[in-house]
Amino acid sequence: MGQLVVETTDLTKMYGSFTAVNKINLRIEEGEMFGFLGANGAGKTTTLLMLLGLTEPTSGTVRVCGKDPARDPLEVKRQVGYLPERVGFYEELTARQNLRFSAELNRMPKKEAEDRIDAILGTVGLGKVMDHTVNTFSRGMKQRLGIAEIWLKEPRLAFLDEPTTGIDPNGIDDILKLISGMSKRGITVIFCSHILPQVQKLCSRVGIMSKGNLVADGPIELLGQSDSGAGLYRMEAEVDDPRPAVVEAVRCVKGVQQVDVVERVLIVTADSDLRGLVSRAIIDGGALLLGMRIEEYNLEKIYKRFSKEA
Amino acid sequence: MYAIFRKELADHLSSKRFVILFSLVMLSAVFAIYIAIQTIRSVVGPTSESIFLKVFTTSGGNLPSFLFFLSLFIPIVGIALGFDAINNERSSGNLSRLVSQPIYRDSIINGKFLAGLAVLSIMIVSVVAIVAGLGIRIVGVPPTGEEVARLLAFVAISIVYAGFWLALAVLFSVFFRRTATSMLASLAVWIVFFFFVSAIAGAVASAAIPVDANSTLEVFAQSASLQGALSRISPSTLYGEATIGLLTPEVGTMNSALFVMSSYSGRMSNPLPLQDSLLLVWPQMVTIIALCAICFAASYIRFMREEIRSI
Repeated sequence: MGQLVVETTDLTKMYGSFTAVNKINLRIEEGEMFGFLGANGAGKTTTLLMLLGLTEPTSGTVRVCGKDPARDPLEVKRQVGYLPERVGFYEELTARQNLRFSAELNRMPKKEAEDRIDAILGTVGLGKVMDHTVNTFSRGMKQRLGIAEIWLKEPRLAFLDEPTTGIDPNGIDDILKLISGMSKRGITVIFCSHILPQVQKLCSRVGIMSKGNLVADGPIELLGQSDSGAGLYRMEAEVDDPRPAVVEAVRCVKGVQQVDVVERVLIVTADSDLRGLVSRAIIDGGALLLGMRIEEYNLEKIYKRFSKEA
Repeated sequence: MYAIFRKELADHLSSKRFVILFSLVMLSAVFAIYIAIQTIRSVVGPTSESIFLKVFTTSGGNLPSFLFFLSLFIPIVGIALGFDAINNERSSGNLSRLVSQPIYRDSIINGKFLAGLAVLSIMIVSVVAIVAGLGIRIVGVPPTGEEVARLLAFVAISIVYAGFWLALAVLFSVFFRRTATSMLASLAVWIVFFFFVSAIAGAVASAAIPVDANSTLEVFAQSASLQGALSRISPSTLYGEATIGLLTPEVGTMNSALFVMSSYSGRMSNPLPLQDSLLLVWPQMVTIIALCAICFAASYIRFMREEIRSI
């Protein structure tokens, strides 16, 4: 188990009598790409703000990079990058000047900052416009500048709050690549979004918030298994002739729970990914294996199920 | 905080808004000193004292003095530098990014206020220095040590007065989400204090203690006293009284009734030493400082208590 960068215990935030976040327990390890899902108003942003020390929890505890954000906000903010949903920069300053100012706020040595700013702006695709004022930038360019600011800071952890909202499809691809690059640089990413295919593309693990509660937390695969029923995998094998001997051979494979036949397709339910053993059993049973696939876990389906349950 | 202060200072000094206002203040200062010098010979006699200070207070017929121009423009510049300090950051989406940087939240409001105050100080000091320089050159009378000290006290109270308007504008920028609303609110307060308070005070005083041609001096003095007391609700009145007291050593009282009576009788008191003048205007100075501190404290508390969600 890697080092925990985020750890909350019964974290709660109330606004008057309204509970925005209700006793959530979250653990995120170093280097993870964590998808934080939930409808608008589910409590995602409030949780992020508590993790950043920008709003105080009503009860419960938070540790971010081993520090309490409420007691040690500067130390936490030094190690955490934040890209808000609607990121803003000083419009009358250039991209380079904006990053210079951020570097100054982070007390970065001037020389080091200058060298890194040019390199990072080039990496995020703003190299040619680094001396243009931000008021000439599109929303996508501003998001890229936001990502550049996070890279400049070299944080251990990055909070990205709906980073692709309002960006055109090509721009979205670019932003997702940059976010993926962030993870490759060893930055732990908490990716907040309700655009599920994007989360599925990037994240290995998700947490689902609904009405202030963390209703699901785990690897997508695992949540998907519980979606198919009791942690089971479903495989589909297309054969030339699904005769009883073949079905029986598959059924005898250790770990297989159930085999159903729909036309020429054997639907195999097992307690783990047994594609190799099932393929061999089919061939040994004398049938021709035409195709084999494991059911992909659809995050949208998982999300809807957990939200509905909540 | 220093990074924010420096950025804000650079932004203000290079902004078109500041350049236009500074040019306007400078132009009116030069105009005012031209008027003062044209009429200064008629208001001073061969034995007159504090001739140098008269450059700042002398008006020409219907044309106002430098002091009037300064009291008119200081609030406008203060408001112009502060009305969008916080809400503009909020509406541009900058504030949530800024508060996530490793700085204390109060650094933002402190840095912005101090930068605004620094700009106002630069403007006031340079305008007063230019007027003083022109005055020395044209009138040909160098200032005495006490006159310089009075001028420094005048600059100090002008900066605090400017700080009050800046703090008020920053307060509105914290309270109102739209910059247009905060600007209008600040200007409305300025218009009420600058133009209406003395008129309202006069009307109230006349209603409470009616004065006519047959009124005794005592009734007249009571009415003037009441009007003066009511007018002091306005920081503009306080600033006016404080600056007159500092730049006119002959003013021996801030009691409106006594002041009016001495003016009518043509007997102004002997010039006061600086220490006495300071004692005379001390209540006005302290009140302006307190108003500035209250406005800034209110905006500070409101900004610090604001939920980041709404930021």
